[in-house]
Amino acid sequence: MKNNYYISSYCHIKNNTVRLNGNIVYHDNSETFSEFIKNLYRAENTKYAKFFKMDNLSKLAFMAADIILKNENLNTDTDNNIALVFSNKAASLDTDRKHQTSIQDKQDYYPSPAVFVYTLPNICLGEISIKYKLFSENSFFIFDSFNADHLFNYSNSLLDLNKSEAVLSGWVDFDDTNYEAFLYLVSRSGGGTIHDKQNIITLYNR
Amino acid sequence: MDALKQELKENIIEQLNLEDMTPADIADDDMLFGDGLGLDSIDALELIVMLDKNYGIKLTDPKEGRTIFESINTMAAYITEHRSK
Repeated sequence: MKNNYYISSYCHIKNNTVRLNGNIVYHDNSETFSEFIKNLYRAENTKYAKFFKMDNLSKLAFMAADIILKNENLNTDTDNNIALVFSNKAASLDTDRKHQTSIQDKQDYYPSPAVFVYTLPNICLGEISIKYKLFSENSFFIFDSFNADHLFNYSNSLLDLNKSEAVLSGWVDFDDTNYEAFLYLVSRSGGGTIHDKQNIITLYNR
Repeated sequence: MDALKQELKENIIEQLNLEDMTPADIADDDMLFGDGLGLDSIDALELIVMLDKNYGIKLTDPKEGRTIFESINTMAAYITEHRSK
């Protein structure tokens, strides 16, 4: 490894609970993800006109990213060079199923354009990029399970090659009623946890 | 016509996920796109599907949408004239 990079902050969302850097910053007893994420959006006082139009995966990814990036004091009047390297298992399956349902019956064939546009998992990267003016590298990988090794190597490569100033990386998965987001920001300096494979796994399992 | 306008407002709010809006927030002559409700191109496609699904109107020329979807008034007038269900 040429350089030491740092995990300057991380956010974990699952089981109706949001943790930022290991500390619980939000929890409620919502019975559905839809209710939970809407409550979280309002509690965070986040402003994004298209939030309620997004699919579940994008809402989950958007809020996890927002909770990290809003503390970075980014200037959204200029371009920000933070790369996005996300991954999950279910791709966009939750929305794919909704789209499939709408085209199942040839006698009642009304596919929704607003659903169809989210039948790719990487659309969530675009939503985050629009909100925070990230004109940067972005990738979305599909794995059977959380793959710290790949995320570590890919993020390091982007930083080593000066493709970005920082990397927001991690796991954002949504399928049926199961959801989990674990995102972390890898920075060149500023301290924090050393960016290595073991620390990524430790923070993910915390 | 007033019942149709109310129905359109309710459908638009529900189908376009205008979460914090009520029918009372939409005036009959409000611009639906641009500086009005701020709808976008995907919303326009949703409105085309809504015309087909709810009123049996198939728009063959997307350019027609520009005038039809100008406001609740223009939508209601077009639907009243062309609906098949």
